[in-house]
Amino acid sequence: MEVTLTVNGVEHRADVEPRLLLSDFLRHGLELTGTHVGCEHGVCGACTVLMDGAAVRSCLVFAVQADGCELATVEGLAPGGDELHPIQDAFREAHGLQCGFCTPGILMTLVPFLRENPDPSEAEVRAALSGNLCRCTGYQNIVAATRLAASKLREVEV
Amino acid sequence: MKPAPFEYRRPETVEEVIHLLAEYGDEAKLLAGGQSLIPTMNFRLAQPAMLIDLNTVEGLDGLDAGDDGSLRMGAMVRQAMAEKSALVAERVPLLAETLPYVAHAQIRNRGTIGGNLAHADPRSELPAVMLALAASVTVRGPDGERSIGARDFFAGFFETALEEGELLTEVVLPPAVEGGGQAFLEVSRRLGDYAMVGVAASVVCDGAGRCDQASIALLSVGSRPMLAERASACLVGERPSRATVVAAGHAAGNQDIDPPADMHASVAYRRRLATVLVRRALTTAFERAGCVIGEGAS
Ligand SMILES: Cc1cc2nc3c(=O)[nH]c(=O)nc-3n(C[C@H](O)[C@H](O)[C@H](O)COP(=O)(O)OP(=O)(O)OC[C@H]3O[C@@H](n4cnc5c(N)ncnc54)[C@H](O)[C@@H]3O)c2cc1C
Ligand code: FES
Ligand code: FES
Repeated sequence: MEVTLTVNGVEHRADVEPRLLLSDFLRHGLELTGTHVGCEHGVCGACTVLMDGAAVRSCLVFAVQADGCELATVEGLAPGGDELHPIQDAFREAHGLQCGFCTPGILMTLVPFLRENPDPSEAEVRAALSGNLCRCTGYQNIVAATRLAASKLREVEV
Repeated sequence: MKPAPFEYRRPETVEEVIHLLAEYGDEAKLLAGGQSLIPTMNFRLAQPAMLIDLNTVEGLDGLDAGDDGSLRMGAMVRQAMAEKSALVAERVPLLAETLPYVAHAQIRNRGTIGGNLAHADPRSELPAVMLALAASVTVRGPDGERSIGARDFFAGFFETALEEGELLTEVVLPPAVEGGGQAFLEVSRRLGDYAMVGVAASVVCDGAGRCDQASIALLSVGSRPMLAERASACLVGERPSRATVVAAGHAAGNQDIDPPADMHASVAYRRRLATVLVRRALTTAFERAGCVIGEGAS
């Protein structure tokens, strides 16, 4: 089945089987392996991408369903060169990752969350990240990095 | 690729969906948000030969305010859309209060109201809300349209009153009643996980401050969401007090339910949770109905 979709601003056209998951299409079809795959049943959040601006599990969407959609993956976050996106920068600075497996999903979850909640409380951050599992950090630094990211984004915005 | 091969259709009208369902019978599955169906397909627990995608069907994602104060919600309204809707918050505050407990934000962005109800997971929050509010669903099939009350719709473990060839098209939430108050509470290991026990309570007080109606729906206590009738009987006709809500909690936890044990909670713990959550939810619901109970029942 023919699909046309935009990923990080680049249009792609492909012929895919209906059973191909969006996560596998991104990773194997487009070789965008920044989107990770942990559980493939919606529990871990590693595969989170933005579909028309909303964070979704790419393992629970078929690629054919993304026909005509605008997608954003972690590869599109950094503006380019050595520069990081403010959220990435905050995660680096505040040790918001260790092995980094969960990080792409967490970053993509936070992009729309911080847009809608520019100054979240700790409890709000924990609720927003309740659907993202991390096996390394114990979450403390992820929460701290998120709040640092929020303050960096507030500076960028003003 | 994880799911087994299937044929995929993107109908544009409800009529086309009904035709496809008639043609393919139990070979076909409807795909709504996919948040329950796709996991089971990824594990090949479900291997439908035909997948009918409802995401392209027109007219299933409306949120319409009825003149009588009711609210009609199309089956394909996303859980996140309902959660953020000012109309839902105004007309059906119990639903707005409950939605953040349904899975995680990323799942609510895809998951639909209709898919959640049709899936009929006994641990699901929304069926309990529908029961507490005496909501109904509209379904359509080859013989036309019919309306089914929540009490009859949730027939058993992942089982509904939907007949083969039918789809759920909308949910109808009745208007709020003067003197009414509701509350939702659950206990889960982590926000967004399925609850060990949850309760949706809806009460109505009359002008004299007596409890006129009490619907107390429990989830995760058996094969389907259920109304705690004995708990209601402790309240109706009485002036709400600390004593009546305590009695209702005990009736719910010890008489109304026969809960299962699993790795998350024992039978005794589920009974205890139901007892406490019903008492607390009722206390809040009565307060919201304008009947303050006093003595800080918590
Ligand atoms: C990690 C995780 C955690 C979750 N936690 C919770 C939770 O805490 N509480 C909770 O309630 N849910 C939870 N869910 C489930 C989630 O709410 C689902 O979105 C919902 O149960 C199903 O809705 P859907 O639109 O995704 O339906 P789908 O997955 O597309 O469909 C589910 C079933 O309903 C049928 N169906 C769908 N729409 C219709 C229709 N209009 N008419 C007839 N049949 C139809 C499908 O054929 C399928 O059998 C969780 C899911 C995941 C992955
Ligand atoms: S891989 Fe998608 S949620 Fe785990
Ligand atoms: S940093 Fe290793 S899983 Fe989160």
